[in-house]
Formats: sequence, C-alpha cells, structure tokens
Amino acid sequence: MTDTTHGEGRHTPSFPPWLKTTLTTLATVAATILGLLFVTFMIGRVMPIDPVLAVIGERATQEQYDQTFRDLGLDQPLLVQFWIYVTDVLQGDFGKSIRTGQEVTTDIARVFPATLELATLGTLFGVVLGVPLGVIAAVRRGSWIDQLARFVGLIGYSMPIFWLGLVGLLVFYGILGWVAGPGRLGIFYQGIVEPITGMILVDSALRGEWAVFRNAFSHIILPASLLGYYSLAYISRMTRSFMLEQLGSEYVTTARVKGLSEWQVVWGHAFRNIRIQLVTVIALAYANLLEGSVLTEIIFAWPGLGQYITTSLLANDMNSVLGGTIVIGTIFVGINIFSDLLYRFFDPRAK
Amino acid sequence: MSTSQGLRAWLLSEEPTSRQQARYASWYKGWLTLRSNTLAMLGLFVLAFLILGAIFAPLLATHDPFAQDLGQRLLAPGENGHFFGTDSLGRDIYSRLLYGARISLYIVLLVVMVAPVVGLIVGTVSGYAGGWIDVLLMRITDIFLAFPRLILALAFVAALGAGIENAVLAISLTAWPPYARIARAETLTIRNSDYIHAIKLQGAGPFRIVTRHIWPLCISSLVIRVTLDMAGIILTAAGLGFLGLGAQPPSPEWGAMISEGRKYILDYWWVATIPGIAIFAISLAFNLIGDGLRDVLDPKEDNA
Amino acid sequence: MTDAPLLDVENLWVKFRTRTGVFDAVRGISFTLGKERLGIVGESGSGKSMTGRAVLRLIRPPGLIEADRLAVHGEDILSLPDKRMRQLRGGRVSMIMQDPKFSLNPVMTVGQQLIEALCAHEKVSRSEARKRTLDMLDEVAIRDPKRVYDLYPHEVSGGMGQRIMIAMMLLPNPEILIADEPTSALDVSVQLQVLDIIDTLVRDRGMGLMFISHDLNLVAKFCDRIVIMYAGRIVETCKASELRNAQHPYTQGLLNAVPDLEHPRDHLEVLKRDPAWRDAPSVSARI
Repeated sequence: MTDTTHGEGRHTPSFPPWLKTTLTTLATVAATILGLLFVTFMIGRVMPIDPVLAVIGERATQEQYDQTFRDLGLDQPLLVQFWIYVTDVLQGDFGKSIRTGQEVTTDIARVFPATLELATLGTLFGVVLGVPLGVIAAVRRGSWIDQLARFVGLIGYSMPIFWLGLVGLLVFYGILGWVAGPGRLGIFYQGIVEPITGMILVDSALRGEWAVFRNAFSHIILPASLLGYYSLAYISRMTRSFMLEQLGSEYVTTARVKGLSEWQVVWGHAFRNIRIQLVTVIALAYANLLEGSVLTEIIFAWPGLGQYITTSLLANDMNSVLGGTIVIGTIFVGINIFSDLLYRFFDPRAK
Repeated sequence: MSTSQGLRAWLLSEEPTSRQQARYASWYKGWLTLRSNTLAMLGLFVLAFLILGAIFAPLLATHDPFAQDLGQRLLAPGENGHFFGTDSLGRDIYSRLLYGARISLYIVLLVVMVAPVVGLIVGTVSGYAGGWIDVLLMRITDIFLAFPRLILALAFVAALGAGIENAVLAISLTAWPPYARIARAETLTIRNSDYIHAIKLQGAGPFRIVTRHIWPLCISSLVIRVTLDMAGIILTAAGLGFLGLGAQPPSPEWGAMISEGRKYILDYWWVATIPGIAIFAISLAFNLIGDGLRDVLDPKEDNA
Repeated sequence: MTDAPLLDVENLWVKFRTRTGVFDAVRGISFTLGKERLGIVGESGSGKSMTGRAVLRLIRPPGLIEADRLAVHGEDILSLPDKRMRQLRGGRVSMIMQDPKFSLNPVMTVGQQLIEALCAHEKVSRSEARKRTLDMLDEVAIRDPKRVYDLYPHEVSGGMGQRIMIAMMLLPNPEILIADEPTSALDVSVQLQVLDIIDTLVRDRGMGLMFISHDLNLVAKFCDRIVIMYAGRIVETCKASELRNAQHPYTQGLLNAVPDLEHPRDHLEVLKRDPAWRDAPSVSARI
C-alpha cells in the first residue's frame, strides 16, 4: 500500500546514500575553504606592501633581504607559494603579526573569546525577544504588534550600528549613567579572575567572583543589547514570514478542525514546522553578529576580533587581517554546513 | 487622450489595443499601488529631497564645506547662522551634510551599476549554460557568499588602498553573489519554457536568447533586491568611512563625519549625531521604497 | 430531540472584506442535515467549501460569517465561546479535506497526530489512547497499523493518507462529518475504496455526512439528498434518486456535460451560464 520502500538502500549497489551526501558535503566544504584561502592569498599578493620589508625592516642589507625573500618562498612560482600558504594555514599557522610581534594564531585565541561572549549574549537577546515577536506578528497579522515588529525591523535595517552605539553611550552612559562606559571591565576589577574560557561573565561566575561579574555585566549589557537589536530585527522578520507561510497551510486547518486550542495550533503545529528553518536563521544571525561586532567593538573599545582586525588593518599588518578574515570565513562555512546537516538529520522529509 | 481623464481611462482600459498600451497600463497600475502605500511614498519623498539637496548643494549650502574656522569650532546648532552647528574644525555641518549626500548617492549609484550587472551576467550564463560552467560559477558564487561581507570589504580596501572608488569596488565585489543566485533561479525557470523553444526554432542563438529574452524577465526581481540592498550599501559605505577606509578627510562623507565627531560625543553630541540621522534617513527611505516595490512587483508576500 | 436535525442552517452568509469592497462567497443559504448523506455540488467558487468551513467556524478574518440560525444539535454556533466551540470541533463535527499531502502535519508521525485528535476531547491514558488509535487504523483498512503508526505522512501513499485522515477525524466519535472533496486528489483506483470506508463508517455510527464535491454523478450515486450550489446560492435541491427530473437549467447542464456509458451521446454540451441564475433567490434545503 505504501509507495515508499524501506530497504535501507540495499538494492542500490555500493554507495549508501548517506555516504554519498557526506562525501559531497565534504567536497563542497573543501572547495569553499580552498576558494576562501585563494581570495585571501590574492589579497595578500596585491597588497602594496613589501612583505620582506615588513619582516626585516627598512634598514636591512641586500643580503638579508635576499635571504628573507627566499625564506618566505617568494622566489617560487605563484602556485607553489599558494600551496605553501594553504599548508601553513591548515596547520593553524597564519604567520606573525607585525604589530604585536606574536603568532597571529596566539593573538586570535586571545581576542576571540571577547567577541564570542558579546555575540552570544547578543544572539540570546535577539532569539528570546525576536522569535516570540515574529510568531505573534504572524498570528495577529495587521495588529499593532505586527506593526511594531515591522517598525523594529525597519529601524534595524536602516540605522548605522556604529552611530546607534555612540548615541547609546551618550544616553545610557553619559547622561543617565545606567551602564559602564567603553571597555570590558573596570580598571579595579582587572586581573582578579584567572581566565578559564576567556569569557569574563562565564569565568567570574565559575570562580564565584560576583563583584567582577556585576562589573563585567554593566560593561557588556549595552553593546550586547545593541547587537541583539540587530539580531532581533532579522530573526523576528524571518520568523514572521516563515510562520505566515505555515499558518496558511491545510494542516493548520486540520489542527483547528481537531478542536485544538489556538496555542496548540500555533506552537504545537505551525511552529514545530519552522524549527529547523529557524535554527538556520539563528545560526546565520550569530555569524552575522561575529561580523557585525567589528564596528561595535570599535565604538565600545571592546578588545575582540573585530577590533583586532581593524587596528591591524590600519597598521598595515596583513597577516593578522587575513588570519582574522579566514577565521570568520571558516565559521561562516561551518555554520552553513551545520544548517545543512540539521535539515538532513532532523527533517523527517529529508530522510 | 488630450485630457488627463482620457489618459487615465486609456491606461486603465480593460482591453488594451497594443503591447505598448498594455505595458504602460501595467506600469500605471503598479504606480497606483505604490502610491496607495503611504510609507513608500514617504520614502520616495525623503529620497527626492536628498537627491535635490545633493544636486543643488552649491546653492543651498550656507558655507564652504571645507572652510575651517577654528574660532567658530563646536558651535551648537543654530548658533551664528550654522543650522546644525559646526564641527571640531569650525566647518559648517549643514553644508557638509549637503555635499556628503553627493558622496553617498555617488557610491550607491556606482555599486548599483556594477554589482547587479555582474550578478545578472554570471547568473544567467550559469543558469542557461548548465553543466560544468554552472557548477564552476555557482561554486565561485558560494565562496563569495561564504565570506562575511564587511570583513571581505575591509580586506579588499586594505589591499587596494583606502578611498571612495576602492570602497565601491570592495562593496561591489561582496554584493554581486545574491544577484547571481536570483538571476540563475529565474533563468532556470524560464529556460525550458515553450516560448524559448519557439525562439530557438526560429534560429536565435544563445547570446540573443539570454540578452533579449531572459534578461528582461530577471529585471523585476533584481530591481526589488537592489532597492532593498541600497540601504545596506549605504550602511557598509558609511561603516568603511567610519573606520577611515572609505572617503578620506577632509571629504564630508557622513560615516567619516561621525568618526570625527566621536571624540566629542559626550560634550558636543550634535557633531556625530546629525550625520547619523542623515544616514538613517536615506537608508530608511530606500527600505521603505524597497518594501513598497516588493508589494507591487512581487505580491507573494503581501504586507497588508 | 431525536427529530431535531443534527445541523440546522438558515440564511447563511460568508463575506470577505477586500480593498475594493465586500465579496460574498456564500449568499444566504438554508439547509438541514439529519442522519443522512447530504451531497453539496457546485463548481469551484460556488461557495460549497466555504459552507463546510463556516459550519466549523473556520472562516478567519477578513472573512465573516452571518446567519439567522447556525445550530449543531440545537446549539447556536455563532454565539458559542471559543472554548465550547473547540469541544464541538472534532468532538461533534469533523472534517476531511481534499489532499492528505497538505492536510497532515509533515513533521509529526501518524500516531502523534491521531493521539492528539483523541486527547483533545477525552482524558485517556497513553496506552489506552494508543490501543484505540491502532483499532481505528484497523477500521479504515490499514493492514499493519503498528508500522503505520510510526510513519511520517510523506512515507504513506495518498490513499492511505486519506484513510489516516478519516481515522483521525472519527476517533473522537463525532456526529457530523464534513467531507470536502475527499477523493479529488486521489488516484482513481483508490477513490472507490476511500468512499467505501467513509460510507461504512458513517452508516455504522449513525452519523450525518455532508459530502462536498464538484462531481455530480459521484454524489448522485453516493448520497441520499443533493444540494446544488451556484454563485453562493442553492439553485436546486432534490433526492438523489430524483436527480434525473431536475428542473434547473444549471443542473441539467451539469448532467448533460458528463459522458454516460449507458446513454452515449454524439455531443457533450458546454454549459451556458445565464446571469439571471446569479440573482435568483436561494432555494431552501431544509426539511
């Protein structure tokens, strides 16, 4: 009677389907990351800065110059150089930062937790408010709450984040004094907590240093709500449009015919169908915040990856810039695969 | 047809007598829908206002936007005939805003002339050719999509050097992939339609089919997307300016103006705040128009 | 009480507010439904589906339901509070929709959806619910209920999906079943089987059936009484056995537009619509 076969793919020779899709996914990922590296490599090549001089300084002799030139592999053909670059990067070696004098990898490991902490809190904010807002806006379409969601979205898509950050600082720090100013931690609280994860809120909570926690919180709350607002705008807009699509479908009518309450219809049926899409959107919003934090970190003097990339950029410290770019790019790729896999394993229709 | 009443009737006629009439009629009906959308009209109004301000900047400006006067620095709005006050070098903020509008519109215009065209070509070629060309082009598109846009733009600007033209190039390089995706999707649906087969039978080559028959049909979805993206382009450009990687001082670019005013935000709020309002106004205008256009051209997701 | 009809409808209107004015989908129809099989026939846009949905109060804004009387077992639906209305939906009046591909929730298993329908109306233990669900699946001629119980809707065929839908809707023992084109989306080969199941169950349980379809011949064979709708109104009503004597030109037109193996014709007529039909007052189908 059923029109589906349940033979676990035994009658198709050799390749089980899951292996095939896994292999395709892996190949796609490899190609994307290779392309990413190629772009950063090319950017590094067209830079109007002499990489040799950047390493040894202006005063080096011609001999030293030639030596370094060969050490950096610059006498090799471009393709070989690219190969060297790829193998280095894959081993986690982005070269040395000219500005800090340290390995770029070490630098990034140091600054990344600050960005992660900020983006995580921001996303949390966006999800907790954005998902219900989007759902209610869809259910009560055309109502004041729908208008509110639309308004929130429009402002979010139109307001320059760095400007909103400045105004936020002016109002909540300068005028009202409700929150702490720029930076991650007040000067008296620094160095008290031994880092575990590098995220101060987590570390101070783990170590039970609640005074530090409170101070860190008063520092992070403004930039995190700011990022959260943008994530809220995006998440609520997507949630609304996903929900509208589901609420118009027949199975929602079926659920109503069964005599289910509106709450069960909306959350038990329609929302259940958008969960996977929604996780994808949230993951994307998260990735966007990692990037969006560049401008926010500048405004709030937040010692994270965004600030690291920008200051390196202004100092012509290319290794750091490209290293940071690759890290964020790889996270983007990772999130794309993650959402892909999510569909594959949690959507019953994809099996 | 000489009176406007006659023209209106001609445009709204249920049975158009020529292709021209039908086309004008559909434009007119679209315009009527757009006009009934108050917010979109507000956006259009704001945009027209800004465009006029940019065009007639020399006439409307009260001061030379570059003239420094250290005796007049950081004046509050309204003081000494400075509508919006002066900045840290005593330059008139109002006049700088007017000239800054030119830069913003210039950037948008350039990006809009580059990115969608590149996307259109890549997308239609990819969709029409199929096979390995499709795979290759789409892989490249995906790689660019996988990049975080602002960071990629930053890296490009770093490589090319700071400046407006390079900022435009960097933004365009990061902006084309979504257009390519859209154009490809449209092409795939059109490619196998009967009328394309009919044209093929008449001997049309791929070039003619793509440029004459596929491109025109991709335009409307691209236009919506471009209008909705314009706000993003402006915000990215302003962000680059803010970071010191876009327009260079003393150019009155709005993002750079915010950056200059940033140091004084706690004591002289207007220096950074007023250019921010200008950026907000122009991107809000583009977003409102984009929403309105989507309602007209793509009634699927209609926001009643 | 026994004489009171299961469903009593008088002067029912379904209106939709649009930007250009009010559109009337159903325009003042009256009918009753007892323990019988009532067929409602009409072309698309005639308002037959809207009638079915109005009975369950499923018309959502900007749609609007108005009626002098719309009663299930004497209970006026339009004035019921939402909570009581929900008990009615599924509990006393149920509906089967056209295409199980869309009317079953794609991310819930068949079992989950059936149990949910039951538990919305009765307090039963998990094991009891499961047992009754499996029994119900057996009643709609599903051979291996235990396996089907754990399947997702996309894993079953259209015919089986529709039988699952029937099982789901009949689990809480409703008195009225509205079947809205229940076989139109199915393969011809399984249509009869599904109709058979509906027929048997409705008969055995002494239910009232409102069978909505565009297929006049099917309805004539399957139902006791027929209501013919056109442009939101009832243009004719008669016993199924007396359909051949139908008076209204629209009904005759429908009959003549269908090929008949026993009385072959050279020409199938094309239905000519008279604008006057639209304005003629509705015929009452109350008994």
